[in-house]
Amino acid sequence: MKLIVALIQPHKLPDVKHELFKAEVFKMTVSNALGAGQQKGYTETYRGIVHEINLLKKVRIEIAVNEGFVKPTIDAIIKGARTGKIGDGKIFILDLPECIRIRTGDTGSDAIG
Amino acid sequence: MIETLIKGMDTVWVLIAAFFVFFMQAGFGMVEAGFIRAKNTINILMKNFIDFAFASVMFFLVGYAFMFGTGSDFIGLNGFAMFNANNPSGVPDFAFLLFQIAFAGAAATIVAGAMAERTKFKAYLIYTIIVSALVYPIIGHWIWGEGWLMDLGFSDFAGSTVVHLTGGAIALIGAKILGPRLGKLNPDKSSNVLAGHNIPIAALGIFILWFGWFGFNAGSTLGVGDGSLIAMVALNTNIAAAAGGITAMAVVWFIFGKPDASMTMNGFLGGLVAITAPCAFVDPLSALAIGAIGGMLVVAGVFLLERWGIDDPVGAVAVHGFNGVWGTMAVGIFGLKSMGLKFGGLIEGNGFTQLGVQALGVVTVAGFAILVMGTVFKLIDKTRGLRVSRDEELKGLDIEEHGMESYPGFEIFLTE
Repeated sequence: MKLIVALIQPHKLPDVKHELFKAEVFKMTVSNALGAGQQKGYTETYRGIVHEINLLKKVRIEIAVNEGFVKPTIDAIIKGARTGKIGDGKIFILDLPECIRIRTGDTGSDAIG
Repeated sequence: MIETLIKGMDTVWVLIAAFFVFFMQAGFGMVEAGFIRAKNTINILMKNFIDFAFASVMFFLVGYAFMFGTGSDFIGLNGFAMFNANNPSGVPDFAFLLFQIAFAGAAATIVAGAMAERTKFKAYLIYTIIVSALVYPIIGHWIWGEGWLMDLGFSDFAGSTVVHLTGGAIALIGAKILGPRLGKLNPDKSSNVLAGHNIPIAALGIFILWFGWFGFNAGSTLGVGDGSLIAMVALNTNIAAAAGGITAMAVVWFIFGKPDASMTMNGFLGGLVAITAPCAFVDPLSALAIGAIGGMLVVAGVFLLERWGIDDPVGAVAVHGFNGVWGTMAVGIFGLKSMGLKFGGLIEGNGFTQLGVQALGVVTVAGFAILVMGTVFKLIDKTRGLRVSRDEELKGLDIEEHGMESYPGFEIFLTE
């Protein structure tokens, strides 16, 4: 079991969701996030004064999957989120030692699917 | 001596009414800001400021001349920048001009709500200039500037047609040409709710509009007289607003099982728009009926637009368009001949003539507004572009068009 964490541009979320649904990945957790990578910030103007804001708005998607779904999920995220420009985001893949469905008490692969 | 006092009193009344109508701009701004998403708030507020600014300048320079100048039945042609301006009112030129500027601003700003969250700022500026310099004044000339509809006996006391139907019709064609916001329609064409981000602000806006409407309608008397007419107009205005909110709440409560706040609030506005044309021609009981039907029309209008796949984020078409039509027709149904109508209304037993003239006015005004502004919007769309890019719409117009956020430091959900 793997936990896939993707940080993407907020405005690419509809595209990523669309691709994930096409790959039959329906379960996900989405939250707002702030962060900065290679692109060290952007500028904003307020009352005519330009100032720099280092942390950019991103969206974090977390998806727990069984081994067979790792590749399709990653492909779908990349397909939806890639523009080729700086700031497209990153995907992290973590080992997931255990998973429990609260309602039934299922554990492991059964609980994810 | 006494004439000076009377003129002074009338002038003060018209100026106070003009200040009220100006304040309605704040009402429109708050309603529109509250009913849209947080990421587009600065953009809509900028549009509400700037359309009033352009309306002020353009109406002063050319709009007033086109509207109140003499020339033809179609358009006035003298009085540019108020030189040798024709003044049909009994108050000084500048008092009348200020009152009319506030009306022109109201007509222009109605459209911002229906086209919210996806219209380019530059495109909106072009629209604002054309509507306040040309389209609104020409329609105004027909009805208030001794034009052809006025000659036929068409009556619109405070502007159900001139202001609200004009704005509502342009809002309809604008929203239609723009298309729905991203995420509004599901793949099966059913509608999603893209909920407004600040209902308290929208509620404040409704209260401000209701308040301002007392100036809008009662100020359109352009004089105090013995006070009886402005008293009746003010009371009619209030009763129609109240009735509109009650019926809109009742209908939506019956259909969905809950008294929906956004629909109830638009119901108040529906009643207000509906009573705007007939407010000086009907008694308070008729005002009650006119407002009550107006409130129901708002609910019906919102559902009809959703069915047609036209996305109007704040309900401007249902409020100003549908009720602009209804208010104008109501003159021909409930209007009293003794109150200054040429033919008089249906219920009083004057036949269908007044109603027919009112209907002719509705069709020609809506047709003219849709034709001219539809062409303008299409031209903008083909050349500079009317709608922002998909990325910009998703990121929000605040950061992309204006380079700042409405609520820095707050977490704005970007995931919708």
